Amino acid sequence: MSDRTVLDVYRYLPDNESEPTFQSYELDYQDNWVVLDALNHIKAEIDSTLSFRWSCRMGVCGSCGMMVNGEPKLTCETFIRDYDTQTITIEPLSHFPVIRDLVINMDDFMEKLPRVSPWLIPDEDKPLEDGEYLQTPAQVAHYKRFSMCINCMLCYSACPVYGLDPSFTGPAVLALAARYNLDSRDDGMKERAAEVSAHEGIWECTYVGECTQVCPKDVDPAGAIQMLKLSYALDWARSVVMPRSSGS
Amino acid sequence: MVEKMDSLQHDVLVVGGGGAGLRAAIAVARDHPDTSVGVISKVYPMRSHTVSAEGGAAAVISPSDSLDDHAYDTISGSDWLADQDAVEILVENATDEMLQLEHWGCPWSRDPDGHVSVRPFGGMKLERTWYAADKTGFHLLHTLFQTTLKYDAIIRYDEWFVTSLIVADGRCQGVTAIDIRTGEMLSIGAKSVVLCTGGGGRVYPFTTNGSIKTGDGMSLAYRAGVPLKDMEFVQYHPTGLPGTGILITEAARSEGGVLVNNEGRRYLQDYGLGQPLDLKDPDHPRKRTMELGPRDRLSQAFVKEREAGRTFEGADGDYVELDIRHLGEREIDRKIPMVRELAVRYIGIDPVHDPIPVRTVVHYMMGGIDTDTRGATSLPGLFAAGECACVSVNGANRLGSNSLTEILVFGARAAVAAVDHASRVSLPSNQLLESSARSEQSRLEATLLRKNGAGETVSGIRSDLQEALEEGAGIFRDEATLQRTCSTITDLQERYEKLVLTDTSRTFNTELVTALELGAMLDIGEAIAHSALARTESRGSHQRTDHPDRDDAGFLKHSLAYQSEGNPTIGYKDVTITRWPPGERVYGNV
Repeated sequence: MSDRTVLDVYRYLPDNESEPTFQSYELDYQDNWVVLDALNHIKAEIDSTLSFRWSCRMGVCGSCGMMVNGEPKLTCETFIRDYDTQTITIEPLSHFPVIRDLVINMDDFMEKLPRVSPWLIPDEDKPLEDGEYLQTPAQVAHYKRFSMCINCMLCYSACPVYGLDPSFTGPAVLALAARYNLDSRDDGMKERAAEVSAHEGIWECTYVGECTQVCPKDVDPAGAIQMLKLSYALDWARSVVMPRSSGS
Repeated sequence: MVEKMDSLQHDVLVVGGGGAGLRAAIAVARDHPDTSVGVISKVYPMRSHTVSAEGGAAAVISPSDSLDDHAYDTISGSDWLADQDAVEILVENATDEMLQLEHWGCPWSRDPDGHVSVRPFGGMKLERTWYAADKTGFHLLHTLFQTTLKYDAIIRYDEWFVTSLIVADGRCQGVTAIDIRTGEMLSIGAKSVVLCTGGGGRVYPFTTNGSIKTGDGMSLAYRAGVPLKDMEFVQYHPTGLPGTGILITEAARSEGGVLVNNEGRRYLQDYGLGQPLDLKDPDHPRKRTMELGPRDRLSQAFVKEREAGRTFEGADGDYVELDIRHLGEREIDRKIPMVRELAVRYIGIDPVHDPIPVRTVVHYMMGGIDTDTRGATSLPGLFAAGECACVSVNGANRLGSNSLTEILVFGARAAVAAVDHASRVSLPSNQLLESSARSEQSRLEATLLRKNGAGETVSGIRSDLQEALEEGAGIFRDEATLQRTCSTITDLQERYEKLVLTDTSRTFNTELVTALELGAMLDIGEAIAHSALARTESRGSHQRTDHPDRDDAGFLKHSLAYQSEGNPTIGYKDVTITRWPPGERVYGNV
């Protein structure tokens, strides 16, 4: 079954153009097409200059996030048939500088990510000969949800705090900090405190919850940030009550 | 991000930021902190296609298992074309690599007692596949990527596209590359270059592979005179979703899923894969039997069923049904949640209630850049690991869950060899680097970026290439179809010479990137078709209807495709046999 739609696509080439424009592409689409299929059709058949990122087209590589009718979406998971509007507007993800067309600049995320030490910091290093760290299914379940982030940037695009203040560490990076803090093999919570429990870290989040709403992988960054607030607040309280036992 | 220096150079430069590349980079940074290491990739590392691997990674861990059993399964699965010294290295190092991943935080699925869980996989005699539900590649890649962030020594060049290897004085001394964001052509000097660029499934029209899998690294090596080995061996996975080609993991069958034709018959019993057990039988699914047979046999059985009219007809091609309903919602959500997620989203079928339509789909290339067991190629200073390389541990057919193991074991080994080489040579001169970048820029301006075109498009040539390979070099091939494909590819190469881009801007020019990728795809398409034409036997995934038998006297050999003027030259070299003399591949209830 084929139908007709119009994609109104954001175009911007900063080298040559002072400001962005919108270009309309009218096309036939199949019932099983996602927005990314339409963009690939445009690139192959109509306009080879249209620029966007994509790869896996199965919702796991995190490349193809864009604003679809004003909402942040993974375009490989967003079906055209689900839109009854005459035109579908496609824009680059909000809150990011645009490199070109639908391609955003995500340097800010890539710079923030290492700051929260998103790697396992065990209490002491265990030699491989001693085998694996034991971890029960329940202990895996404790952090698993926060390990599912594909770094697609949809949560940054939805977060009103990040929109106002780009110094905010932001949902995905904080969710990854929570992922390691909650891992029974990890002992790095204090090491992450300087970044995570800073003003620009968890305490800047006003718990709007948009990040969790738009997350395509059900990671719940808002929940992760709440858990971090609680654990760092408790840690702080302990350090006040029992200053010598809490370390520094 | 990289800070621009007057001249960019590293002791070791890794090309590709997937599992093999990141494992190699960590091996350099952790074990050789004084060695400078760069990782250059056309995408951000976490976008690499390792992310899409689902089912798991094989490594012996149960007391009842043995390295010899893993080796035998791999070698018989390869139809005796794997090099047995390489397979022994794979199985001996596999468990340590899995444990290392565990120590880096990989969320492996666990048994109730806290030990890692293992599941059975196709062609494997015992449960030895480690998994993180059915997003194993995703977790493996992100664990590696996040671990690389620990090492300030690892300098990344994200979204840079390598256009050529710099070869001077008989050795590889770096690469030329375009910074995609700015369009600038630069050289990066290196004492050792390690290619970890993945496979090239996108040369076929219907594939599980993401858009980035275009064989770039294979082509770089091929153009530098390094042979591509065993390129005729292309793996079709038996269970892709019709329409998109999205993979439904083999783990669906490990957990008990069955394949059924349009008569409701578990048809694999008709193809020498043993007898089906009742779904309630505690021994179901039996290892190395039926649905847990090897991928080549299962994909060939699908074609035979289609020819016999026993597949279902669908809008997106013929299919059979993968039935996992008997596992129940709870087990499906616990063990293979992504199967359900993908089926519901992309074809509107909930496998808890209905069988999943599936068909064969191009998945993996057994062939690749010819390397020794250290990852070294015939060009000094050039190393390769992962799907882009051919060591060979996969021979004529790879077993599921050996590829994630391979990228870790051989990614780490290639790093060791690259560091060793780097300790014995010096960095290239700035003059060499500058002249290489200049001449590469001139080459592009005289070809793809010239102003006057003849109307050829990337998408036009690309889809014709894909059709030619599917028609001539699919699951079953013969001389006539391969001849036709070879000659079509020659025509396409001539058309490529006339390709001129519409997009002439420097900033993030994805048309230029896809055109460069297409150049690589033509190279590997040529190597696949000509290698397949020359191998007049049937072995593993290479089935010649005009030469239906395996011919050990003539072809217990690796083919080597060398780029030449006109058609490639095909040479051969012997397979390394250590302890497992060639025998018959036997699957089923034995």
